[in-house]
Amino acid sequence: MATKIRMKAENVNFYYGAHHVLKGINLEIRNNAVTAIIGPSGCGKSTFIRLLNRMHEIVPNARLEGRILLDGKDVVGSDVDAVDLRKRVGMVFQKPNPFPKSIFENIAYGLQINGVRNKALIEERVVDSLKKAALWGEIKGRLHDSALRLSGGQQQRLCIARCLAIEPEVILFDEPCASLDPISTKKIEDLILELEKDYTIVIVTHNMQQAARVSDYTGFFLMGELIEFDQTEIIFKAPRDKRTEDYITGRFG
Amino acid sequence: MKIRYSRIVEFFGFMSLRVCMVVVGMILVVIFYDIITKGIGIVSWEFLTQPPADGMTKGGIFPAIVGTFFVTIITALLSVPLGMGCAIYLNEYARDNGLTRFIRMSIRNLSGVPSIVYGLFGVSLFVEMLHFGTSILAAGCTLGLMTLPLTITASEEALKTVPRSYREGALALGATKWQSIWSNVLPYAVPGMLTGTILGLSRAAGETAPILFTGAAFFLPDIPNSILSQFMALPYHLYIMSTQHHNITLVRPIAYGTALVLVVMIFAMNLAAVILRYHLRKKGISHGH
Repeated sequence: MATKIRMKAENVNFYYGAHHVLKGINLEIRNNAVTAIIGPSGCGKSTFIRLLNRMHEIVPNARLEGRILLDGKDVVGSDVDAVDLRKRVGMVFQKPNPFPKSIFENIAYGLQINGVRNKALIEERVVDSLKKAALWGEIKGRLHDSALRLSGGQQQRLCIARCLAIEPEVILFDEPCASLDPISTKKIEDLILELEKDYTIVIVTHNMQQAARVSDYTGFFLMGELIEFDQTEIIFKAPRDKRTEDYITGRFG
Repeated sequence: MKIRYSRIVEFFGFMSLRVCMVVVGMILVVIFYDIITKGIGIVSWEFLTQPPADGMTKGGIFPAIVGTFFVTIITALLSVPLGMGCAIYLNEYARDNGLTRFIRMSIRNLSGVPSIVYGLFGVSLFVEMLHFGTSILAAGCTLGLMTLPLTITASEEALKTVPRSYREGALALGATKWQSIWSNVLPYAVPGMLTGTILGLSRAAGETAPILFTGAAFFLPDIPNSILSQFMALPYHLYIMSTQHHNITLVRPIAYGTALVLVVMIFAMNLAAVILRYHLRKKGISHGH
């Protein structure tokens, strides 16, 4: 299993106004591995993942203490541009959010805002990203249809393709299957296992089976605290903390 | 028994709502009926294309139509960019702090300022201080200021209807705030912004008080030749024909004809807003088909 540490949260405390949402989080995200974040609703897991590409900054009254590191460098300091960070750390949201444009334009968008003007290159990247996101077979020949006509599962894979097109190093998945049916969920999970080879992945999920199926490492959050973090196998088979055990055996949450 | 009681309440509830709707509809119908029946007789090609003649007892209202048209354009040139820009700033960039709340409160209060007060303000700012004189420019600017609160509020509402996920999706792909607004917010907000703006403009086109001291003229035989000229305007002409003319009963049909033309112009603007919104929305959503 890969051991190189890609991202790291050091003594992270996070506040919305006076509300202390995350308390003293220390967590390491390893290269070319899937790290799952599990926990009951409101435990701060989605909040945590949004810190990793600084999406928390678009919400007013948010305050972050501690450090978030990418390859050993702090990415939250005022001398680091959030825009550059987001090109390296992509994100797929809970609800598929394709733009009301064509499939092609959805994927080309990320390239265009990054200044890619070469049409042949854009076209190549669009097709390539769709193939990597396992969507190409279903939509080839319909590239210029509206993305809103796709099914929910297809839309989510389109959002993954859109993210892949800008060639990120880390991909954050914020409950990517929360609104999908079991078959679409299976496709996304297979895709995540495939992407793991080339990318570092963090996935937030409230579905424990999903965490067990796709991840190498798992962190269990409860009321804003990281209760336990270890290899997924250990978390699910031999958790050290009683609260982790109670949660994964379904005694609460 | 319980079920029956709630049904009775429901019946009377809906009945009273229907009555409200019918009353409002009737008022509108009566106004239109009154204006059309009394005004349609005088409207002719000559009425629309000739200046007033014989001490404003004959002839047409052409200079007033042209005047209202040009003033509305000046109003639009001032209030559309300023209002939209202000709305974009307030909704997308401004932080929710004391200053922004104060600005919002001021905007809301501005929309409650009587139009005659705007007229007075227009005199001191545009006519005198900026030396525009009594002119199309001064009157247009005064009306522009008056419609600003409406334009800002309508534009902000339109921006609010764009889902947050469009903005977040763009930002997560490494878009700057400006890029996300330009490519992922404005295309979907502009139809609503324009509709609100045009409704504001059509309101301005019918105003009398703000142009009263800033540029509207009692009578001009010719159409204005520059934006620094005085002008005739439909609402002011209507006011004169109804109150200031030496023979009010004689020119009553002209007054009604003027009212009809004004109402039709405003109606056409509102219709244009609806059509524009429909087209832009269709284009926005099915972009790429």
